[in-house]
Amino acid sequence: MYRYDEFDERFVRERVAQFRDQVQRRIDGALTEEEFRPLRLQNGLYLQLHAYMLRIAVPYGVLSSRQLRALATIADRYDRGYGHFTTRQNLQFNWPKLRDAPDILELLADVQMHTIQTSGNCIRNTTADQFAGVAADEIEDPRPVAELIRQWSSLHPEFAFLPRKFKIAVNGATEDRAVLKAHDVAVRIIRHAETGETGYQILAGGGLGRTPMIGKIVVDFAPKGHLLSHLEAVMRVYNAQGRRDNKYKARIKILVHEIGLPEFKARIAAELEAEGPSFRQEEVDELARIATFFARKEYETLAPHSRPYERARAANRDFAQWADTALFAHKADGYAIVTVSLKPIGGPPGDMTSDQMRAFADLADRYSLGELRVSHAQNLVLPHVKKDDLFALWRALGEHGLSTANVGLITDIIACPGLDYCALATARSIPIAQAIAQRFADPARQHDIGPLNIKISGCINACGHHHVGHIGILGLEKSGRESYQITLGGDASWNAAIGELLGPGLTADETPAAIERLVDFYLAHRLSGETFIETVKRLGAGAFKGAFAGVSRHEAA
Amino acid sequence: MTAASLPPPPAILIANDLLDGDVVFRKSDGWTRDPRAAFIAYTSDETQALALVAREAEARREVVEASIVDVDIRDGAPAPRHFRERFKTLGPSVRPDLGKQAQFPDYARAAGA
Repeated sequence: MYRYDEFDERFVRERVAQFRDQVQRRIDGALTEEEFRPLRLQNGLYLQLHAYMLRIAVPYGVLSSRQLRALATIADRYDRGYGHFTTRQNLQFNWPKLRDAPDILELLADVQMHTIQTSGNCIRNTTADQFAGVAADEIEDPRPVAELIRQWSSLHPEFAFLPRKFKIAVNGATEDRAVLKAHDVAVRIIRHAETGETGYQILAGGGLGRTPMIGKIVVDFAPKGHLLSHLEAVMRVYNAQGRRDNKYKARIKILVHEIGLPEFKARIAAELEAEGPSFRQEEVDELARIATFFARKEYETLAPHSRPYERARAANRDFAQWADTALFAHKADGYAIVTVSLKPIGGPPGDMTSDQMRAFADLADRYSLGELRVSHAQNLVLPHVKKDDLFALWRALGEHGLSTANVGLITDIIACPGLDYCALATARSIPIAQAIAQRFADPARQHDIGPLNIKISGCINACGHHHVGHIGILGLEKSGRESYQITLGGDASWNAAIGELLGPGLTADETPAAIERLVDFYLAHRLSGETFIETVKRLGAGAFKGAFAGVSRHEAA
Repeated sequence: MTAASLPPPPAILIANDLLDGDVVFRKSDGWTRDPRAAFIAYTSDETQALALVAREAEARREVVEASIVDVDIRDGAPAPRHFRERFKTLGPSVRPDLGKQAQFPDYARAAGA
């Protein structure tokens, strides 16, 4: 993992001291709420429905066991004993007090964590593939690039007041696990088609929210040493030309859409031209320095196949079912990447108690070299588990309610906090996720249905990524009631697609049955081996509308 | 909050405590965590008076996000008519162990959806 140098340490500590002073001045009356709000937001402190909310950055989703224990301590000492992992790989506490916020930041600084740039119109926490550095399908570890971007974008004076918030994702594998095309800017580490050289493809103009757009490739290939100059060119075009007259049209996706891809690319080229040579030796040097922190772990030399694992699989059906969903191929022989579901049937997606955090930290120490990851799907990952240990790990996870065998299945639902917590929400998200999970609780049925992503947002801002869910659910208010729009055919992968609206909104009670009708239609029409999204793409969303219409009675009547 | 934007009575004044963030209700003098003790404005004059109280309390740094909310009276207690404010008054619907609903179960039974 990356370790703070003296500069990082001083920077974070100074920020804590500044915020402590700002909070005191707010309490004393020197600052009005209007003056204080942007200051607290720059430190991740929101005011939500029932309380303040603190959003803590988990840079590119990487955490140590020590950091997770510190989060558990904060949950117990300053919150209500739990936290919520978000679709931006961050952690949110739902009940902190303003007067305690500086002390919480101090505890975070003790474990090299912070809340800087988790809000506001700046470059937010950079997200990445949760399997970074360990996935068998990886071209190059994206974490050094993500860390480089974090350092470059932290308090970058030129980009501190962008037209709107700005989200960057990085992926270094052949499979896109970071939802690249839904980001303002995405960096994809690729091999040059002719030379085989590793470099960067840059996408821009993606985003969800009220105007969902799929990101487009704006730089085909930037060689190493040319990344930051290209990113700066993109940012400068956006910063100068992105709209500031209308909050809802201020994201980079609107600029790219309005002027068109060729013109946007031309403006990047002009910006690069004006700046002179785009190669920077210091970028190469800094990336090399950062990369030493992410050097390949000292794995044991193991056989690719593990007999204890195979025996346990054969002997225990529940374990085999869990392993079928939880495991991903590791770079190192004899190791596996384990995704741990934070989606127990009937539980709020992404929530974790302080007891679970501590237990998980212990398991990370025992089985995964003290390291864990947060995925954008609101699950956790143990990245370095010996296959020989999988059965023992599974049993230990089960003791803490963490062995739900549903990763990637229909009950592994992404849901934003919705109106149960969020002041912006127009409807609740979590109870919809719970009701759907309960309807599909039967593990055999889930496995029969196979890979299916349901994503739920409680408002048009789309924190729950509903646009790119195979089935998306958007909670709105209609005539003083919560109403849920269902979309079909969204895709968060490299084949990204925005889901198609199936019909008028449903009540909360009607929604699970509507989802079931869509799933039943899929089961009746799928070809052998065809996944849900493949069937949707083959038949078109329109083919599912008849099944959907059967339950949209209250609106149709 | 202009008079024109004020909801019709009966209405109450709710806000978040500046220091704690906790949801608080205006009573006849000061603030309370107990929604049953909220002062209920039954006339538009009383609602306007509450709006003045809201502005002053924000200026005195007692509360933030002060707003006047129209309510139904259920078992003598004020229940916000809109589901958003009802959740704000009760707590997260998915965590009945947290928020006012846990603290004041009688109120939650009366005011719940």
